[in-house]
Amino acid sequence: MDLVVLALGQGFNGLSVASLYLLAALGLALSFGLMRVINMAHGELLMFGGYVAFLVIKAVPGTAGLLLALPAAFAGSALLGAALEATLIRRLSARPLDTLLATWGVSLVLQQAARSLFGPIGVEVRAPAWMNAAVHLGPLTLPATRLIILGLAVAVLGGVALLLTRTRIGLLVRAVNQDRMMAAAAGVDVRRIDLAVFALGSGVAGLAGVALSLLGPVTPTVGQSYIVPAFLVVVMGGLGSIAGSTVAAVILGLVSAYAQVFVDVSVAQVVVLLLVILFIQFRPQGVLAPRSRALDS
Amino acid sequence: MRSPKLLALLAAAAVAAAAPLVLGSYDLNLISRFLAMGILALGIVLIWGEAGILSLGHGVYFGLGGYALAMHLKLSGLAPGEIPDFMVWSGLKALPWWWRPFENPAFALVSVVALPGLVAAVFSWMVFHRRVGGTYFALITQALALAFATLLISQQGATGGFNGLTEFTTLFGADLHAAGVTRTLYWVTLAAVIGAGLLLAALRASRFGTLLRAVRDGENRMRFLGYDPTPYKVCAFTLSAMLAGLAGALFTLHAGMVSPALVGVTPSIEMIIWVAIGGRTSLIGAVVAALLVNLARDHISSALPELWLYVLGALFIGVVTLMPGGLAGAAKELAANVKGLPGFKRKAAAA
Repeated sequence: MDLVVLALGQGFNGLSVASLYLLAALGLALSFGLMRVINMAHGELLMFGGYVAFLVIKAVPGTAGLLLALPAAFAGSALLGAALEATLIRRLSARPLDTLLATWGVSLVLQQAARSLFGPIGVEVRAPAWMNAAVHLGPLTLPATRLIILGLAVAVLGGVALLLTRTRIGLLVRAVNQDRMMAAAAGVDVRRIDLAVFALGSGVAGLAGVALSLLGPVTPTVGQSYIVPAFLVVVMGGLGSIAGSTVAAVILGLVSAYAQVFVDVSVAQVVVLLLVILFIQFRPQGVLAPRSRALDS
Repeated sequence: MRSPKLLALLAAAAVAAAAPLVLGSYDLNLISRFLAMGILALGIVLIWGEAGILSLGHGVYFGLGGYALAMHLKLSGLAPGEIPDFMVWSGLKALPWWWRPFENPAFALVSVVALPGLVAAVFSWMVFHRRVGGTYFALITQALALAFATLLISQQGATGGFNGLTEFTTLFGADLHAAGVTRTLYWVTLAAVIGAGLLLAALRASRFGTLLRAVRDGENRMRFLGYDPTPYKVCAFTLSAMLAGLAGALFTLHAGMVSPALVGVTPSIEMIIWVAIGGRTSLIGAVVAALLVNLARDHISSALPELWLYVLGALFIGVVTLMPGGLAGAAKELAANVKGLPGFKRKAAAA
């Protein structure tokens, strides 16, 4: 019985971690699928969202502040991301590895800017009091914060999926994703689609930042601690596939949580990495990869 | 064209060899450390410049080499039956079994290059043989650097944790603090840089070098011609990891310590900027840039610590977008412009 409780409890922890990985990775996966570039400053977009949440909740405390922080962080990070895309990433998108390096530079600058503005220690976001509650489900105790973040991840995922499958802009995004040249030839403004998707992905990172701010202090390096697992989610997910990334996030979250039953956090990190390397032995194309005959995908 | 360059290189080597006669021991030690970093930079030229493989985790191999030697240095300073002080503080009673072999100096010396080489060979083969490369490979190497650094920090009792391994006294029986040791180590490092540079220059001029460039410029075309690119990539990656291990060991000797702060995500990616600034395919550029960037870092971060990250960030953005050829590219352009001037026309035509 105890074992079942432990297994269920770690399962919940795993899903909770997975929801953060997914929120952090969704934006990366969206733009990677479209442009084949990875934005190393994505973690700093999370951090930016966290600081926006801090400022908004400081001005408007309580539940209203939190509800206000979500759109504010989304908009703030989306704008920052759009600026990054228009000034830097667009120029480099033909050279994916150089994009990694240049955006790493952006990440360093943003981190140091946060350090200069808010100090190196980090700021604490005062979550509404009711979020300290917990839901008791039989023998399990589920913290309300974690449940809300899980709900946020599901909502964001649903929103992005609806946007991609049910709207006109989603249709255009899928067209560019499938065949950029063909879409351009058919009159789709691919540059604008790039920009829109990048801004959307950055906005999701801002939402992830709000989620992180509810769990712990927002520090200049808060994004760095989630970004490497998020990269692994993208690697495992398969060419920016949203469904693939979701599956990968859940797998990595669960593996990390269950590994922590036996070993400490740092060894669990190694286990997760080994799992990803083993995984690509069997499915180098990722969990879900679109069928393609293209040689250089 | 060939001989003036050769003359200039010989002159530079002679000046470098004579440096201990003018520099104080502090400066000499500093230069030695940065020269050791130059060896690592040479390895990155091979994989990134020649083969187009971006590794964001070379700190791992640097660290493996550094720790391999540091473990031996730590053990050699102990009386029989004693264990290192940090292990005592962490409550360890006996030496972990995997520390034992490092008591043997020959084993430790071989491990400096063999250990990173082995890890790199297995890791890169597992990734490359499934045709996973490019951005994916870079991201996986970065995860490796993170995992390695976190592991070192968390296993305090066996690795010295955050502080790493420090306070070495003897090297193969010789007192590390004796006069003249700094100087000798400097020459050893300089010889290693020159040796590694010559080795890579020879490799680059060989068929192996041609095939690496083929991997970079058209891996699939290479496959169509009947070559399997995997062994070439694995060999290049392994060699560059071995050079990184050698660099780590030499650095550990000069700095008198090795710690997780030298091997994680941030230091690993900084290693790439040296080569980017030097000019990806330039061996000389890589060594020069490793020296320059580290000197700049030393000066700026001691005077204005806040400024350094802005400078480094700007370097990453600026070099990649504005001068992808790096210093070597700029030098070449300058030389071409000079040749284009009226007075140089005839000479250039004759050459």
